[in-house]
Amino acid sequence: MKPGARVLKHELDNLRRSRWVWGYALLLLLLTDALLRFGGGGPRVVVSLLNVVLLFVPLVSLVFGAMYLYGAREFIELLLAQPVRRPALFVGLYGGLSTSLAAAFAIGVGAPFLWGARGDGSVVGPLAMLMMVGVLLTFAFVALAFLIALLFQDRAKGLGAAIAVWFTATALYDALLVFVVTAFSDYPLETPLIGLTLLNPVDLGRMLLLLQVDTAALMGYTGAVFEKFFGSRAGLVLAAGALIGWTILPFWLGLRRFRMKDF
Amino acid sequence: MTDSLTLMLPQPLLEVSEVSKSFGRLPVLRRVSFGIRAGRITAILGPNAAGKSTVIKTILGLTRADSGRIVVNGNPVSEDPGYRAGIGYMPQAAPFPENLTGREVLAMLRELREEAGEDTGLLRELELEGELSKPVRTMSGGTRQKLNAAVAFMFHPSLLILDEPTAGLDPVASRILKRKIRSVRSEGATVILTSHVLAEVEGLADDLIVLLDGRVAYTGTLRHLVETSGEDGLEGAVAYLMQRPAS
Repeated sequence: MKPGARVLKHELDNLRRSRWVWGYALLLLLLTDALLRFGGGGPRVVVSLLNVVLLFVPLVSLVFGAMYLYGAREFIELLLAQPVRRPALFVGLYGGLSTSLAAAFAIGVGAPFLWGARGDGSVVGPLAMLMMVGVLLTFAFVALAFLIALLFQDRAKGLGAAIAVWFTATALYDALLVFVVTAFSDYPLETPLIGLTLLNPVDLGRMLLLLQVDTAALMGYTGAVFEKFFGSRAGLVLAAGALIGWTILPFWLGLRRFRMKDF
Repeated sequence: MTDSLTLMLPQPLLEVSEVSKSFGRLPVLRRVSFGIRAGRITAILGPNAAGKSTVIKTILGLTRADSGRIVVNGNPVSEDPGYRAGIGYMPQAAPFPENLTGREVLAMLRELREEAGEDTGLLRELELEGELSKPVRTMSGGTRQKLNAAVAFMFHPSLLILDEPTAGLDPVASRILKRKIRSVRSEGATVILTSHVLAEVEGLADDLIVLLDGRVAYTGTLRHLVETSGEDGLEGAVAYLMQRPAS
């Protein structure tokens, strides 16, 4: 077993007993179960869960990810004092946390559907997309959280930056898009908007989920353009690729920073 | 005379040459040079912010020097972490993952180092064996610190770096640890330690490195410092160094 895999194994052992991780899974489980009981049929529950996933998953991933790395600073120092290469350690730490949070998300959101939407075939596609988006957002925002924690030595500043990133991705960016659409309403903006959507992982996730539950028609002509693009195989691959890119880029930047960082 | 003396002295196990380090605009180490002789206990002393922790972290490769060179056992401190296989490190605070048991912590380090033949003597002496099945989060501060000490000694390192080793230990555990430090020295290991308890340093250390404001103010034997300062103990000798005008 490679050193990175060894660190990952022990990180998973540590985090699978974490009360915070189980608390996160339990919260999602109770919420999903309640929506399934009182929120109507399967696909409608997925739409209701959409905003929970798009707001809650990035927030938990960013805040928990940053706090985890700050809290583990002395443990990281001890591990770095062993004959272990820094990239292996980074891979193990990142893999351990992102996999644990993604598993908590999958259990919390997925399990209630096993008993609450049995036999409802219409839920399979949207739920699969919800799972994929939730897991990819977890991996992307934990990578961003690690990058932030490595850039800011001060814990309070790092947590502030993590919340600022969350606010930008979930609210500010959309406000900016609305401003662009209003200011340039005389111009054909559909193609630039597709490009701008690719620049925000939360918007990407939202688009993929909305198209999966056939609500694009509510968005008029723009929705039709988006549906045409993201609904095609190439568009879907590009969107999923962009979400994966949102994991790879901050992970790579974090790894570079981790290799050079003074502890 | 000098040459024959040099030949008789053991080769330094660790050599720090002209090492400088700044954090932003703040210089922390200024052309620091010293050697650590093999088979001896060397204490690094100095007031807060003198650069003690930075020196230790630079030796371990946790912090990169801006300039200068560090050689451990003939191997330069570099990207290659192999030289750390011979080092045991005890940080000031026990930093283990809260949800792992003591036994799992030891297993993790064993797997990371790919070493099986660990020294369990200290685990027994510190009466830790019964505590190893408990998660770290349920251990008392003292028990965590005992585990921290046991980890440093576990793989028979030739160089031990101990940062405030007895901080947080009860008098019994502290005595056991000090006995262990002397015992590994007699077996040929080299020990570097930092401590604010000068009486403890006086009882343990053979050699001293005193850092003041990021510079080496003294390097040599403890006995020599006390004798040349004209004081009757280490506390007075270090105070003498701190108060004497910079040359």
